[in-house]
Amino acid sequence: MIAFLLKRIANAAFVMLAVALLAFVIFRFFGDPVEMMVNEQATLADRVELRERLGLNDSFITQYTRFVTDTVQGDFGISYRNQQDVMVLIKERFPATFELVLVATVISLVVGIPAGVITAVYRESRLANILQLGSIIGVSLPSFVVGILLILAFSVSLGWLPAFGRGETVDIGWWSTGLLTPSGRAALMLPAISLSTFQVTLVMRLVRAEMLETLRADYIKFARARGVPAARVHWRHALRNCLMPVITLTGMQIGNLIAFALVTETVFQWPGMGMLFIQAVTFVDIPVMAAYLMIVSLIFVVLNTLVDITYAWVDPRLRDDTASAGGSNG
Amino acid sequence: METPPALTLTPVRKARLSRIRESDLWFSFRSHPSAIFAVVVLLFVTATAVCAPFITPQNPYDLASLELWNSEIPPIWAADGQWPFLLGTDTQGRDILSAVLYGSRISLIIGFASVILALGVGLALGLMAGYFGGWVDNVIMRIGDVLLSMPFILIAILITAIASASLPTGLKDVLAAPILIFAIAVPSWVQYARTVRASAMVEARKEYVQAAKLIRVKAWRIMLHHILPNCMTPIMVAATLNFGLAILSEATLSFLGVGMPSDQPSLGTLIRIGNQYLFSGLWWIVVFPSIQLCLIVLSVNMIGDWLRDALNPKLR
Repeated sequence: MIAFLLKRIANAAFVMLAVALLAFVIFRFFGDPVEMMVNEQATLADRVELRERLGLNDSFITQYTRFVTDTVQGDFGISYRNQQDVMVLIKERFPATFELVLVATVISLVVGIPAGVITAVYRESRLANILQLGSIIGVSLPSFVVGILLILAFSVSLGWLPAFGRGETVDIGWWSTGLLTPSGRAALMLPAISLSTFQVTLVMRLVRAEMLETLRADYIKFARARGVPAARVHWRHALRNCLMPVITLTGMQIGNLIAFALVTETVFQWPGMGMLFIQAVTFVDIPVMAAYLMIVSLIFVVLNTLVDITYAWVDPRLRDDTASAGGSNG
Repeated sequence: METPPALTLTPVRKARLSRIRESDLWFSFRSHPSAIFAVVVLLFVTATAVCAPFITPQNPYDLASLELWNSEIPPIWAADGQWPFLLGTDTQGRDILSAVLYGSRISLIIGFASVILALGVGLALGLMAGYFGGWVDNVIMRIGDVLLSMPFILIAILITAIASASLPTGLKDVLAAPILIFAIAVPSWVQYARTVRASAMVEARKEYVQAAKLIRVKAWRIMLHHILPNCMTPIMVAATLNFGLAILSEATLSFLGVGMPSDQPSLGTLIRIGNQYLFSGLWWIVVFPSIQLCLIVLSVNMIGDWLRDALNPKLR
């Protein structure tokens, strides 16, 4: 188990170093950092001096090592666009994205699990067919289209909910939360629903597939034969055995949700990390782009590694080298 | 013994046709109304997109055909709708139906091309990794691991952003479509490579491959003629589902403003433009491109879902 643990951690570290290399190459070679930082009146001597001070004359390896060391210490440099520390910018924006992703995840579980159970248990019923159709439509609707349609319906036509911004926020330490004010909660509704559409269908399809498998198991037949009420068999005995993969999926999808939040944030003008990134892309603000790439990848890799380790801990067969090397998904 | 070739040819052809008509796949297709519906919709959308220049009242790219007094006309069924603008016009007098059909063309082409590119690269690298093993396998699969450890959409955005930042302004718009195709293909080849690699590893150890190696059949020939046909089923399903994903990704990138420019708009670009008029009551500018995009992706996904079930031996 320890060997497996070390191997997985080494693997994750390798991936992060590769991502860092990518971020560094983007940072260093697309657009000259010196040209981005100095103003028009800077003399040639100023530029040479800045180039030396930034260490841009050192060898590639030295620069890359320094980039990695700085990054590990949370130093992503200074934004080209507004001359602020990138880490401060991200710290400011992180709570907004996190709350959005959190609420979207909760919605996906609260809606997705019951829908999955219903479609599996009452397979031929009209409700199940409607839910099934809804799930394939949900997979096919781009999240920005969902967002736009929600705005058209609930903000423009009905005027019930705000279409942009975060509403009022309350600061708790450095964390600013919109969950504690009515306007903050109202502003969160539409973005969270539109971000969760895809996730809901994913959870629902997974629960359905798992339930169909579990319902054939002997212990379910036995429970039925023993006279356990159907509802209890379905919602307690069967569902419990389906929850592990759902937890895994939810964990692994959080990275994807954070990335996809940038689309939702653009639609709803939500002041999160994703908006920061998209603005950075338009202004070629490379330190911000590199930092966002690193942070999202880090969350992604850490969650995946945790899931792998948990699985190996639960199921010793997976500690085998061969099983983890290729076949994590087909 | 001599038989005229015409006599042998016709039965073969007939057999082929009836082989399709009597196959399980065709039977499954006929008994799934949703699959038939999806194919009909997709064929209709593709046909109207291909024939767009012949059926649309105007060329939305041609600025000379736009008349400003035709701007902001609502759809034909509204009180002040006007012929021939069936779905209304935008603020510059551009016919929405024409724009949607031309936009679908671009979306379909980019989606299709990126799937083909990813398929080609993924199959080639996957076969090599599985067949040769060793360091070739290691390098290819490590690159794949790194790509999969970043969210799909993020890689695509970064590639388009870097490409447009480093290209001169003149070339940027010309190369927008190839850049998008490349940006969507880069994160998606890994899936094909992994699938093919797994079967190639199994097949490469089998006796017939060993025998072929022994009589010095060339490596690429073994890979293409013996190993590849054995793993086409999962690849076809993945490719169909990825076609839908590719169209979605293209639309998302264009919506975010890093995809197709507004003078050659794809569906995503049209939605981005329409999004600016969301609060001014001009709902038709954004709604119709959205509906078209959803229809395309929905039908592709329905075909993919049906194909996955139909080809899955466990479900028969």
